[in-house]
Amino acid sequence: MDPPMDFQVVVLAGGTSDKLSPLVSKELPKALLPVANKPLLSYPLELLEASNLKNIIVVVEGDEAATQVESWLSVAYMDRLNVEVVKTPGDVGTVGAIRAVAPFLISTDILIVSGDLVSDISPGAIAATHRRHGAAVTALFCPAPVSGGADSSTSGGKDKAKKPSRCNIVGLDPTRQFLLHVVSGAKVEKDIHIQKRIVRAVGQMEIRSDFMDAHVYAFKRTVLLDVLEKENLYSIKQDVLPYLVRTQLRSEISAKKENSADESSNGATKELPSEDININSAVPSNQNLRWLSQHREIAPSSYQDIHISDCDKNKSRLAKKTHKCCIYLSGKTQYCARLNSVQAFGDINRDMLGEASRITGYTFSAQNNVVHPTVVQGAKTTAGGQCIIAEGTILGDKCSVKRSVIGRHCRIGSNVKIVNSIVMNHITIEDNCTIQGSVISSNVQIQERASLKDCQVSAGYVITAGSEYKSEPLTKR
Amino acid sequence: MAQKKGGKTAASDDPEELARTPLQAVLLADTFNLKFRPITLERPKVLLPLVNTPMIDYTLAWLESVGVEEVFLFCCAHAEQVKEYIGNSHWGQSHAGFSITTIESNFSMSAGDALRFIEGKNVIRGDFILITGDTISNMSLTEALQAHKDRRKKDPDTVMTMFVKRSKPMPLTHQTRLGNDEIMMAIDPETKQLLYYEDRFDSSKRAVTLDKSLLADNASLYLRTDLEDCCIDICSPEVLTIFLDNFDYQHLRRHFVKGLLHDDIMGKKIYTHEIDSSYTARVDNYRSYDTISKDIIQRWSFPLVPDVLYAGNRAQMRLQREGIYKAPDVTLSPSVRIGAFTAIGSGTIIGENSSVSNSVIGELCTIGRNVSIDGCYIWDSVTIEDGCRLSHSIVCDGVHLHTGATLEPGVILSFKVEVGQNITVPAYSKVSLLPQPSKQDSDEELEYADTNSGVIDSPSIASISPANIEHDHVSSFDTEQSVLLEGGLSGVGYIWTSCETGNEEEWRYSVAPIPVEKLKEFYAKMFDEDESSSDGEQTGITHSGELISESKSTDFDDSDGEYKGDVSKFEKEVEETFERALGGVAEENVQLEINSLRMSFNVTHAECAGAVFQSVIKSAIIASNSSKSNLLKATIDAIERSKGLLSYFITNVDEEIEVILKFEEMCMEITREFAPIFSSVLHQLYDKEVITEDAILKWESEKADADESDKVFVKQSEAFLKWLKEAPEEDDEDE
Repeated sequence: MDPPMDFQVVVLAGGTSDKLSPLVSKELPKALLPVANKPLLSYPLELLEASNLKNIIVVVEGDEAATQVESWLSVAYMDRLNVEVVKTPGDVGTVGAIRAVAPFLISTDILIVSGDLVSDISPGAIAATHRRHGAAVTALFCPAPVSGGADSSTSGGKDKAKKPSRCNIVGLDPTRQFLLHVVSGAKVEKDIHIQKRIVRAVGQMEIRSDFMDAHVYAFKRTVLLDVLEKENLYSIKQDVLPYLVRTQLRSEISAKKENSADESSNGATKELPSEDININSAVPSNQNLRWLSQHREIAPSSYQDIHISDCDKNKSRLAKKTHKCCIYLSGKTQYCARLNSVQAFGDINRDMLGEASRITGYTFSAQNNVVHPTVVQGAKTTAGGQCIIAEGTILGDKCSVKRSVIGRHCRIGSNVKIVNSIVMNHITIEDNCTIQGSVISSNVQIQERASLKDCQVSAGYVITAGSEYKSEPLTKR
Repeated sequence: MAQKKGGKTAASDDPEELARTPLQAVLLADTFNLKFRPITLERPKVLLPLVNTPMIDYTLAWLESVGVEEVFLFCCAHAEQVKEYIGNSHWGQSHAGFSITTIESNFSMSAGDALRFIEGKNVIRGDFILITGDTISNMSLTEALQAHKDRRKKDPDTVMTMFVKRSKPMPLTHQTRLGNDEIMMAIDPETKQLLYYEDRFDSSKRAVTLDKSLLADNASLYLRTDLEDCCIDICSPEVLTIFLDNFDYQHLRRHFVKGLLHDDIMGKKIYTHEIDSSYTARVDNYRSYDTISKDIIQRWSFPLVPDVLYAGNRAQMRLQREGIYKAPDVTLSPSVRIGAFTAIGSGTIIGENSSVSNSVIGELCTIGRNVSIDGCYIWDSVTIEDGCRLSHSIVCDGVHLHTGATLEPGVILSFKVEVGQNITVPAYSKVSLLPQPSKQDSDEELEYADTNSGVIDSPSIASISPANIEHDHVSSFDTEQSVLLEGGLSGVGYIWTSCETGNEEEWRYSVAPIPVEKLKEFYAKMFDEDESSSDGEQTGITHSGELISESKSTDFDDSDGEYKGDVSKFEKEVEETFERALGGVAEENVQLEINSLRMSFNVTHAECAGAVFQSVIKSAIIASNSSKSNLLKATIDAIERSKGLLSYFITNVDEEIEVILKFEEMCMEITREFAPIFSSVLHQLYDKEVITEDAILKWESEKADADESDKVFVKQSEAFLKWLKEAPEEDDEDE
């Protein structure tokens, strides 16, 4: 295995997000929400472990949630990862979460990963990109899900909520390595203002609106701590990253600290965002040279380079005033999704059964499903393709399960149809029920002949016999 | 026009017929600007020699090489000279590759007028090439022409394909090597459609604003500053009709291109074609004249180079080692040193111990002994006596430099000027025999202003006899603008004051290299900008003019964001109105104007009150010099001055609270300098009865359960609030 990198990872596990109600509760924080029968937080953690990033701080909002996550972690990852749990009060934003862990940050670079990331993009690669460029910040962007046409939504069989395809607006340099402009959140819908100075520095900026911020950032620690001192910051995505990108050519990050901390960077020019984003590009960069050599270099006509030497003495002064903002673009074949809404919860679970099944770590059988050996199936019960049924679950006769996830120790009666649904643990479903496109939280009891379509049922709810629900969240009073 | 349109649609429907349409070109032999004054007073720009060949020859040679069959040569200023030249040259002969038709108009002031005039002639039948007579190119047209036709077949709204080439502007001066100002273009990466065009580098704006609809339609676009406009376009015949319909379009880029891009109703589309390996450049100013001359000598424009271009009855130049071109009948004394990249025309004589480098010398010149010439463009029949020093200058036909004269960099000597013995012509001087026309248009209009006035004013060179000149220069010594070249026994000519850009800008477009000091200055300025912009940052305004943090608004309130945008736009409008009001517009009118703004932006009364108040406060900032006491005083003045206006818009308690909140917000974000004097200003507002006690107390109670950070100003005003709470009781008692 590779030697561990000097990277500390902060996983922002959130708390009990409102957006995921009614699925999450004090008993079941977002981090422990089962995705393909594994807690959500296990996905980023496994991913980090695979990249040998083992110094992890998990930030959880709220006391109960923190306790829950901590107890789960101590069992699941005790001897594998060096995980610490830090709790923060709710609603402090991602910046608040980072502020809470700031005293624990000691390594040169910090990787901040959203706890709801389900992906197979190697965080190690992002970290390496970050290191290679000596960047102040490196952000992961992935192609935004195309609204409508994606195969996940067709299998869902229902209209995907009309997500605006413009999640972010990003400006990239021609090599697509540097982040020159970023707009996110509500500002996306406004006219875009782009600093001329940055465009000039590169000459050519590619502006795209089809990339999505995946909430994985590598920060130089000094930069991060510096930025945290500023007020009025709430979210990393909407404040910190845009701020750093905006100021990359006139950095206000104290250069002194940076230089002492970053001895590896040699020479002033290396510190500049890129060969091209070089304010000094009166000194033609290599790339420019290719274009201009024929003209300017061989026969200095009206352009001269005498001034360059004069400027040299100012160079160090200038070099300190820039920092690099890099971007890591995921490939088209890589999976990357954030579980930040009920819709996404359903989508990601389905993706785990289908296109992204490799992430789950399960071995799918010849029928393209995963049925635990302890599962008891009654007569004429079929578990179709793209299903996961966990241990101890008992299915009655003539049941049919398609494209669904069923958790542990569920008791399912006879003639039950479960299609396109997520059924968590310890659920009782009585005879002749139909469940379609729904999410059933743990400990729910569904009495006979109930029919659910596109519903989300909160934990411990009891659905009375014969009732029918359609497109409703069902919460316990 | 209708008939023409009919003809066109028929043509585009039938590809065969389309193929049969001969390729036409419109060649504008007038550039409608004054950048080459004073030279262009006497000779049209297209006939000025570029490495001893008139510019128009390069353009025509290129048109011939790309297979143009019909050329419409549009002449305006000095039309006779152009016509005469074409008539005598081989282009007018039948063996030329195309037929050339001259169109003359004496009333056209701009490219727009010219195209309208040509539309009236009804000669353009299909896609045509639009080019000016000062363009040097060796690119191939086939690919771009085909692409243009394909696009037109798919989408009849395609009206133009612009040629662009890569050329990164210098970061210090934002000029390309041709001396053109930086252009900002947004281009669709796949279709190459032009989406945004911004010319004329505008230093006051730090950010470029792209309309949101641009990105709604395109998932991605390229924003580029590293492109240079080649000023060669493939146009559809509609271009002429569009010019006709929009009679105010003058400038091809500034009006036509921008007009089409901003107009979503017509939906006309402009595409770009980037050329990479071939050479294209336009002589737009003295700097590009210099650059392009050097490019030609270095053969980047091959086959349009001095030893290949058709020379007519002149002696063909020959290329020798080190990029030296010499006509066969040049007489050089053995001790003459000729440096690299120099061209010397036929019949020229150079005396002993003279040195020439990086220069172009025309025909029949006589150059004396011990003369040094570096980076100069010396045209025909110039006499340079012994011991002259010339650097980076343009010397026109018939100029006479007497012994020991010195030309400093950037000097332009127009036709037949004489420089007396041992005189030094200062840098960037422009000297002409003709007096400078006293009537100068404002900068803004210059581009397409009355070139004709110059033409009319200036008699042809032939009509001025030497005696006249002698006379002239004595008699018209009075004007401030024209100072006679003095000191010399035989100096003749007027020194023009730089009219267009002012002296300090002269270096920018000069033939001489940019002086080192200028670059240093720019470099230093860049730092200052940095400093100041970071100051701006700290006060909370980002370059985009948006506040640093807006992030508490999460995804749900997109609509709110939109709405805020409108309010901020509204505030801006109000501010502008208010500024005008300070300039002396009557108060009622301002009220009326702001009210109508309020309605058109559909904002609430309270928001309107806030905006008005913000404008008042901002005016105070401008009035003060940002020191605290000054600021308070200026604020009090501003409030006093606009009291009427404020009380008109602030009518009830809600609006008053909005004003206080607004002020608080300003103190925290936009105008932090007010933060320390918040309570004093509040007190003033109370004293001036702009805000009532009720409002202030309500504001306090509203803030009671706010975050600590939000309560800064409440705390600051504690004393005042306390006083307020106690005072009224006393008042009551008094009464």
